[in-house]
Amino acid sequence: MVAVIAPARPAGTVGLAESSVQGASAWLLLALGALFIAVPVLALLGRSLFDATGTWVGLANFATWVQTPSLLDAALLSVKLAGTSAAITVVLAYGYAYALTLSAMPLKRVFRGLAMVPLLAPSLLMAISLVYLFGNQGLLKAWVGGSIYGEGGIVTGSVLWTFPHALLLLTTSLATLDARLIEAARTLGAGPWRVFVTVTLPASRYGVLMAFVVVFVLVLTDFGVPKVIGGQANVLATDLYKQVVGQQNFAMGAVVSVILLMPAVAAFFVERALRGRQSAALGVKATVYQPAPHRLRDRVLLLYCSAVALSLLAVIGVAVFASLATYWPYNLQPSLKNYDFNQMDGGGWATYGNSLRMALGTAVFGSVLAFLTAWIVDKPRRFGTLREAINLVVTLPLAVPGLALGLGYILFFNAPSNPLHGLYGTMAILVACTVAHYFSVAHLTLLSALRQLDQEFEVVAESLGVPFWITLWRVHLPVCLPALLEVAGFFFVNAMTTVSAVVFLYAPHTQLASVAVLNMDDAGDVAPAAAMAVLIFVTAGVARLLFAMATRWVTGRTQRWRIC
Amino acid sequence: MRIDLPLPAQASAPTLQDRAGPREAVEAPVLRMQGIVKRFGATTVLDRVDLDIGPQEFVCLLGPSGCGKTTLLRVLCGIETANAGDITLHGRDITAQPAAMRRFGVVFQSYALFPNLTAIENVAYGLGAMERGHRRDRAREMLDLVDLGGFADRYPAKLSGGQQQRVALARALAPQPQLLLLDEPLSALDAQVRHTLRSEIRRVQQRLRIPAVMVTHDQDEALAMADRVVLMRDGRIEQASAPTRLYAQPASAFAARFVGRINLWPAEAVGPRRVRVGQARIAVARDLPAGVKQLLLGIRPEQVQLQPFDHARAREPSAAPAQPDCHAGVVEDWTFCGAWISLRVRVPALEASIDAEFSTPADGHVPWLRGEACMVRLPRAALHIIPA
Repeated sequence: MVAVIAPARPAGTVGLAESSVQGASAWLLLALGALFIAVPVLALLGRSLFDATGTWVGLANFATWVQTPSLLDAALLSVKLAGTSAAITVVLAYGYAYALTLSAMPLKRVFRGLAMVPLLAPSLLMAISLVYLFGNQGLLKAWVGGSIYGEGGIVTGSVLWTFPHALLLLTTSLATLDARLIEAARTLGAGPWRVFVTVTLPASRYGVLMAFVVVFVLVLTDFGVPKVIGGQANVLATDLYKQVVGQQNFAMGAVVSVILLMPAVAAFFVERALRGRQSAALGVKATVYQPAPHRLRDRVLLLYCSAVALSLLAVIGVAVFASLATYWPYNLQPSLKNYDFNQMDGGGWATYGNSLRMALGTAVFGSVLAFLTAWIVDKPRRFGTLREAINLVVTLPLAVPGLALGLGYILFFNAPSNPLHGLYGTMAILVACTVAHYFSVAHLTLLSALRQLDQEFEVVAESLGVPFWITLWRVHLPVCLPALLEVAGFFFVNAMTTVSAVVFLYAPHTQLASVAVLNMDDAGDVAPAAAMAVLIFVTAGVARLLFAMATRWVTGRTQRWRIC
Repeated sequence: MRIDLPLPAQASAPTLQDRAGPREAVEAPVLRMQGIVKRFGATTVLDRVDLDIGPQEFVCLLGPSGCGKTTLLRVLCGIETANAGDITLHGRDITAQPAAMRRFGVVFQSYALFPNLTAIENVAYGLGAMERGHRRDRAREMLDLVDLGGFADRYPAKLSGGQQQRVALARALAPQPQLLLLDEPLSALDAQVRHTLRSEIRRVQQRLRIPAVMVTHDQDEALAMADRVVLMRDGRIEQASAPTRLYAQPASAFAARFVGRINLWPAEAVGPRRVRVGQARIAVARDLPAGVKQLLLGIRPEQVQLQPFDHARAREPSAAPAQPDCHAGVVEDWTFCGAWISLRVRVPALEASIDAEFSTPADGHVPWLRGEACMVRLPRAALHIIPA
């Protein structure tokens, strides 16, 4: 027989039915991603090009924005405050991360845990505590020369709540430092300082840049802190809130959102490039550094970490304490008066129930969808382009600030012509928006968990004639269960604490606890606001604890195969 | 203890004797690959490959990295689809069949055992079509076959590399595949385990009488295990022969150099059975190919014989050599390699240095000094004539 160029054959490597199930799932996930991520963002971009009456005006809105001094000033101030906060946070966190990774300081695990505590609280909580400490009736008002309301307050509050974010990135970066480099420098006679300047610092430069960029964007797009403690300082995020909620000026809101979006998108690409370089810098055979004890260094670092951890805890503690006091700071008798939310404006205890339901929904739907998406992106060998498209859409939220996403949701789902208009004002849209908002991180976490599995599993299963869903159920899911629980916990905590995206989307009967904090604070009920923020904080903490216990239980039952 | 599997009547064991020529035809092939072409973008990885596999035959695909051997295996397995060519199994066209329908047993270098399933659960993984009770029996039987009956309930992480690979082998064979494919199955293991597992795999394959195709870059492995070695280069088959034949009669300089070590010199035909290398004229045992002037003359180092220097002849340079296939040389260097000693000898007449090997003497004494004169004998029967 002569070799002939074969006619186009099905590129099939799995059975026909399996292949169509995979294809259908991939299309479905892409459709969901488009509907709840891509299209709302596009709606936002589109809206910025029309005026209030819906007439096409091109870039006229942007021109107006640039020519309005108050708006432009807000942008400049935002950049200044975000830059200052990021610089301070990164410097503080670097020392802390250094202590956790490259010293022989005792209690490292405890300090690592303590530094993560702010992740459990809404950023509002930090700002409210600062008001209690340094505000007009603050305990330590004398410590600050002028008023805490304004730029100083925003920077302080931002540093406090972004600290764990920077710390996570910096510890990862320092932990991947190749020990052999340090040892080589030592054998060549370099002293500790020279090792730090010539090895440690250069090796962690991508981590430092990445942490700076991430914190910069977090601060730039956060509006909880400036709302509570910003005073007269007008930043982009509060400006956007005012445009949309105060003036119902969606066109200008969209313009500000797009402007807010730009640095976030830039940061997204910068971070991605840096991440690539950082992982490239880590050789396959790099050995992990085992720091030797050094009395002076370890003591200094212990002192430093204690100071930082205590400050973080103190600030949160003040809010807890104040929320339990009868009337801060005059009557410190313990009382639950501030927790009687039903007596205040702002939605009462119902908001807490709403938040719980929303967070549960987000955790369940979010983690299941993220797992399926990660699987479809990583495992099948077919549908290359389709899988790339899905990956692109689901990593998009990394670059979209919550406020922008929320506004995009209003513009898209509230359009009367949208068949999904019915979703507007429901709990479902809050869940969808929160899942979308935090989807990228969850997706990437599960993707890396799946990528750790042997890439030949699929081929083995196929050659044994076992359909992919059985392998998905019997192998991939059990192996990834700890990562899946981690992701569910991540969704839950963020859903409890988030304000930015949902602040535009709640209806009276779906108001959330985090939004209630904002509204009560706005109405001057600072103590109940603090109480609600503390309640969220405690709930998030308890949830984290429950998830940790669940992980342990699951690990004991299904992960026996892991060698410890 | 080993449980006997239902096997067909004992047939004569495969022997190492030559069964076919350099591109021989296999009688009654089970599997035929014809004109297989595989391109990745602009690069052609497989260039019209034809390969037949006989019943019960153990075929090794051998070659340097990038020669296309792994791609050929993946095409065979159904993971990659060929751009052209046909694959038939028992005369049935399976070219368009996906991996899931071909049901060939596959074993990978990385073992690819499911980490959360025990050894026996891994082996039973592909037995979904069987009844529950039978499934476990069959899996146990397979584990016994690879001598792991006592490890059924261990997780892969608690097994050594060699044990894991044996579980993978049992898993691949459990559903009674028509063909066993092995993708560098021994490369991740250390030397000792690799040797044991070589014979283990071979034993199981012969016991089950299943044809097998194994990819390897290790020539020792290929020579030791295969009924037939398929040597590949740049997407084509360079030579497909029984291991002994491949070694004794390499069809090309590439085959000669890739399998074993060889001295190769450019030679010029100066008679029907005579070539010139450097200034020496050397007689060969067989007729040279007609009309070809430039050739390569080769000899394996272990075929070279070293003899004490012929002082009588040295005093009288014009005298004819005592033996016509002997040449005077000087030992340049020698290396002790354990079982044998490798020498490098400068031979002025050949205008080249020659590698020679001999077994280490019982007393460990090496009878040659660096710089010592010696006689090098190139036995006529050991000379290879290879096209240039």
